[in-house]
Amino acid sequence: MHIPDGYLATPVWATLDVAAAPAVGYLARRAQKSLEQSSVPLLGVMGAFVFAAQMINFPVAAGTSSHLVGAALLAYALGPAAAGVVLTAILAVQALVFQDGGILALGANVINMAIAGMLAGYLPYWLMGAGRWRRQAIFLGGFLSLLTSGVLAMGELILSGVPMPGVVIRLSLGVFLVSAVLEGAITLAIMQALTAIHPELLRQPQPDGRRALGWIGVGAIFLAVVGVAMASAYPDGIERLADATGIASRATTLLRTPLADYQLGTLGSAWLRKAGAGLAGISLIYGALLAGGKWLARKRGA
Amino acid sequence: MAGAQEGRVVHHVVLDRWSRGESVLHRRDARAKTIAVLIFLIALATAQRAFLPLSLCYLGILAATIVAAGLPLGAALKRAAVVLPFTAVFAAISLAAGEPMRAAALVGKSYLSALAVLVLVSTTPLPELLRGLERMGVPRYLLMVAQFLYRYLFVISEEAQHMRVALQTKSGTLRRALWDRGKFAAAGGALGVLFARSYAHAEGIHQAMLARGFRGHFLTLSGRSFGRADVFFVAAALVIVAGARAAVEAWI
Amino acid sequence: MEPLIEVRDLRYRYDDGTVALDGVDFQLYPGETVAVLGANGSGKTTFVLHLNGLLLGQGSVTVCGVPVRPATLAQVRQKVGLVFQDSDNQLFMPTVLEDVAFGPLNLGLDAEQARTRALDALGAVGMAHVSAKAPYHLSAGEKKRVAIAGILAMNPEILVLDEPTTFLDPPGQNALVELLDELPQAKILVTHDVDCARALASRAVFFEKGKIAGEGSVPEVVARFSWDRTSLHRQASSRL
Repeated sequence: MHIPDGYLATPVWATLDVAAAPAVGYLARRAQKSLEQSSVPLLGVMGAFVFAAQMINFPVAAGTSSHLVGAALLAYALGPAAAGVVLTAILAVQALVFQDGGILALGANVINMAIAGMLAGYLPYWLMGAGRWRRQAIFLGGFLSLLTSGVLAMGELILSGVPMPGVVIRLSLGVFLVSAVLEGAITLAIMQALTAIHPELLRQPQPDGRRALGWIGVGAIFLAVVGVAMASAYPDGIERLADATGIASRATTLLRTPLADYQLGTLGSAWLRKAGAGLAGISLIYGALLAGGKWLARKRGA
Repeated sequence: MAGAQEGRVVHHVVLDRWSRGESVLHRRDARAKTIAVLIFLIALATAQRAFLPLSLCYLGILAATIVAAGLPLGAALKRAAVVLPFTAVFAAISLAAGEPMRAAALVGKSYLSALAVLVLVSTTPLPELLRGLERMGVPRYLLMVAQFLYRYLFVISEEAQHMRVALQTKSGTLRRALWDRGKFAAAGGALGVLFARSYAHAEGIHQAMLARGFRGHFLTLSGRSFGRADVFFVAAALVIVAGARAAVEAWI
Repeated sequence: MEPLIEVRDLRYRYDDGTVALDGVDFQLYPGETVAVLGANGSGKTTFVLHLNGLLLGQGSVTVCGVPVRPATLAQVRQKVGLVFQDSDNQLFMPTVLEDVAFGPLNLGLDAEQARTRALDALGAVGMAHVSAKAPYHLSAGEKKRVAIAGILAMNPEILVLDEPTTFLDPPGQNALVELLDELPQAKILVTHDVDCARALASRAVFFEKGKIAGEGSVPEVVARFSWDRTSLHRQASSRL
């Protein structure tokens, strides 16, 4: 899921680099403020832990095994801002020292894994982690974090015109789903061990009054992720829907201009239309949900 | 998979050794080298036409740089190839989709980018590279976290390795079953212990920092300054990289 | 003679209520080396963490005439140099030189002065040749020496070492004892290594359940509390 250099189209990697930079700066400032002085060595060592943890294998089936990715776990232990910083540091070290992931693509990888994936993993725990559904929340968090990162990465590749026939997309989604289930299970196993031996190391989830918004957020992420995935895997259905609602033509004009001059093969523009339509549709739904959620929250005086 | 992770740990030791070598390139300021590599990466990423001759040209430039830095060429070329298995899949798909040029671009760009980054980290010790990045505007907090991560990578990995062996010893006699809950829980428990140990390290480090007067800010010894040789280096990189591309594209 | 360190009725309780120190009285005089012996969990390490204010308990701890309080921590930490058991936790900077310079920089020296101080301290422990190396390249013995250099670079009056010979092989232990013998500062040695204590310490105190249960010369304390390996030696000689 670490995207190497050479895959993403220039407008894609450049935009994501520009977007990631202030986001990471913000996370760094927040983490610094909310943790004590001792936080730098703690975050560094936790990053080293994630690296090292990837050495321990969890048996899956017939001799294969998987390992922890860790975005959700870090968020549960350190809080989202610090987790974002640690994950960014991990990605940077992976790209530089291990050539795992590109440098120009670092913005994309940071957004996919350290920010979006991490937040998608944190939300369920923030909402449900204190109650009866704690275990389910932890599993869901691990699951969503991996699925979100994977689907975002795939979307960026498609948007860049990397050829992805439907069968490949469906296969990749299948792999993401399996990995996501494993991530959920491994995260849960570690959290249970920690809750038993060292519960003081974990953050207590304390959502304030904005629960409704949080739930909308989870729903929107789910929809967006599933939606983008389906749009990519079954573009024709979406295209028909998009044609029917007239979205496609608007999306194409919007997207064609800046991207036209860049390296999109003949297959690229066809995918672009479909993916763009799918994304546009999902964004509209997401925006509607967000607006609805805000209205609901205001109505309840939360 | 576990073998790959062990390979990673050994690799970073090798890379660390390479980075502390002596050469014209090792002596350059980290910022100059970072800028030069960024120029290369951007020129490579935005290249569209005449890709085959350009990638050969760039490969030659990188190979010459590796030799000039006193690094083992074969080992470096081999190390950059880690990106190839992932790329092979997409290249194959591109070929099947009737886009041979894209397949070539994927292979060439991803490999050459990895090689360029490898040259950067093989001629600059990581802490120095991080300090250079700080002087170029990257938040210090983030870089200090990365610095500590790198420092304790080996320490924690060694502890994880011991746990892995212990786990295998315990679980080895069990039959390999589908979805073995017991082994899964044991692995989770092992990681829980490793997590707690890592936390204990962090506390120990903090105490050691306080004991030597730490009050919240990391102060540093002065680093190297950007000299004339570094300016020349960046200029040369720009000329060579952009020039090669212009020449190749004009010639085709 | 005025004691360098004066501890009166020191008490400390952990967050969960366990009593770690139950009224400790202790003095350290200039030039002496005191060994702190006792079982694991008897309070030895907790005790020394109070000497530079990493822990603050009830009772009084005075260092070179300065009471240990939140306001005086900076001063106290310059005077009392603490060498921890785990050298990896102590050498946290990327290179040896940067690590040894950490203390001087925090004391307010500028980069040039800190660098000189650090190199001098490394020279004093015979480790100047590794100044550019990364800590994980060093052996356990070398790491311990660099850790000591990091403390010496702050010009302390008192050295406190927590189990310094753990992780060292016999030649390493010999070399460390030689080095410590040469250093002029007053020292406190928390140790299980009775031979090390015998070689360096003029006096020993024995901790038991958070209190000092006895003190005297090292052989006296060892004999009184049976704190040696006579049964082991007996077994060894019976094999000969």
